[in-house]
Amino acid sequence: MTIPAISIQALCKNYGPVQALKNINLKIAQGEFFGLLGPNGAGKSTLINTLAGLTRPTSGTLEVMSHNVISDYLAARAHLGVVPQEIVFDPFFSVREALVFQSGYYGLTTNDSWIDELLITLKLTEKANANMRALSGGMKRRVLIAQALVHKPPVVVLDEPTAGVDVELRKSLWRFVNALHNDGHTIVLTTHYLEEAEALCDRIAIIDHGELIALESKRELMRRGLGQKLKVSSNSPLPDVPANLQSKIVNLSSHQLELRLHREHDSVMNILDQLKAAGFQIDDLGVETDSLEDIFVQLTSEQAN
Amino acid sequence: MIGCYTLFRKEMARFGKVWFQTVLSPIVTAMLYLMIFSQILEGRIEVFEGVGYTEFLIPGLLMMTVIQNAFANSSSSLVQSKTLGNLIFILMAPISTLQIFLAYTAAAVARGLMVGLGVLLIGLFYVKVPVHNFGIILLFAICSSAVLGALGIIAGIWADKFDQMAAFQNFIIVPLSFLSGVFYSIHSLQGVWHTLSRFNPFLYMIDGFRYGFFGVSDVPLGTSLTVVFVSLIVLSAVSCWMIHTGYKLRQ
Ligand SMILES: Nc1ncnc2c1ncn2[C@@H]1O[C@H](COP(=O)(O)OP(=O)(O)O)[C@@H](O)[C@H]1O
Ligand SMILES: [Mg+2]
Repeated sequence: MTIPAISIQALCKNYGPVQALKNINLKIAQGEFFGLLGPNGAGKSTLINTLAGLTRPTSGTLEVMSHNVISDYLAARAHLGVVPQEIVFDPFFSVREALVFQSGYYGLTTNDSWIDELLITLKLTEKANANMRALSGGMKRRVLIAQALVHKPPVVVLDEPTAGVDVELRKSLWRFVNALHNDGHTIVLTTHYLEEAEALCDRIAIIDHGELIALESKRELMRRGLGQKLKVSSNSPLPDVPANLQSKIVNLSSHQLELRLHREHDSVMNILDQLKAAGFQIDDLGVETDSLEDIFVQLTSEQAN
Repeated sequence: MIGCYTLFRKEMARFGKVWFQTVLSPIVTAMLYLMIFSQILEGRIEVFEGVGYTEFLIPGLLMMTVIQNAFANSSSSLVQSKTLGNLIFILMAPISTLQIFLAYTAAAVARGLMVGLGVLLIGLFYVKVPVHNFGIILLFAICSSAVLGALGIIAGIWADKFDQMAAFQNFIIVPLSFLSGVFYSIHSLQGVWHTLSRFNPFLYMIDGFRYGFFGVSDVPLGTSLTVVFVSLIVLSAVSCWMIHTGYKLRQ
């Protein structure tokens, strides 16, 4: 058996009275594209930061490529590249200087050809000698990505790399991260967009209030078909809902009906036909995408059942 | 070791990019003190027999500048990196506690020595200062700036904001360095002031340093050496402990 890229056991982290992480157990295999999904404040960054050594765990153990992040921190860090959520930079230096220093921190004295390659792939070549302050937010984020990759780490972690990033850059980031994955890097990505996790990741963990509430492959998650609702309203009182749709009811009032849709199996047209056949006078309708919170509620209630 | 050396070079580049403020400006300040005090006091005061006041002043002024700048270098760099958040690049890198300590301290020593050399060159325009023992001069300059470099690390880690660091600098470092016999011999102080002065570690740095020039000192050389070495060991240990445990660095 090969060693896991990341292994987390019984990880707890308290900030004073706040339990940011509650007994997290997680193994990520080498070569996986792993998504860590959760709403704001769920504990994603805290998890990443304990892995990177920026935050001390209250209890539990973390390993990167089987190196403990505390007792064997030099080796653990050498195998890890983290792109932080917050954009940070050193205003004293240019893009290239930042990358050359970063290489040195990882023990590399000559790294120019790889740095040039990174600059090209991340479209930063023109800005190589510009001061970090002169860069736009998107460019600074790309520099952070380059910094995380100077030492070609086997495990790459990106903490919400697409938050507040325009569509164009988001797409090129996805392509770039996919290419990294195809090169054999283990990728861990945190996000609060379900679509993003689904589009990219092989396996997805869902974290909420510091707890891992689901951990499954993308296929399993898709099979559950979570994520959409059909809202129908009428000016006249609604008749009875057909029996085969009863199980999908989320909300029902005299003039409004809300149904849960299975994204793969249910067809909106089909359901509307059934409703019309049952005598529904539909004056308004809409399909809504669930917020992550809604999905968590469904998942947690499913687990409870 | 490459990580440590890179961090050292980064620290050098950091103050090098703003050398006007970090190197030139303290030299100019020291020059102003030298001009004013030597104008007023030369010929009026003789601290050591046969040593003119300007001559007496130069080593003390030099050491005071070295002390203040060594402290400023590591402390301001750390506070700045913490507030801007870019300290994470160092905290996430495979650089050991000792290497981080050495890199910051060495850069503080380097800046201290550069500024000190500048003050010395300007002093030489005024009067030729004798050299009794160059080894002692260098030893005190290096060890004292290392002590202040380590203290700067401690203050830089402890301070959450620039104000706190500035308070540390303005209410502790600057007064103690002024009241350490730069401008006078502690033998000219009476009673409680004399006693209090003896608790000022900067006094020993300046006194030992001055011994290297004149071969005369207020305090026995051995005492000064001991104080400087003990301070160096204690403060290095404290700053390494802070880096190692992640105090205020890794939550
Ligand atoms: N340095 C800190 N001090 C105190 N509480 C914190 C700190 N960092 C995070 N938290 C708390 O821990 C929880 C998880 O935060 P975080 O890991 O940043 O969530 P996410 O990245 O999923 O948005 C939140 O309740 C947050 O307020
Ligand atoms: Mg976060």
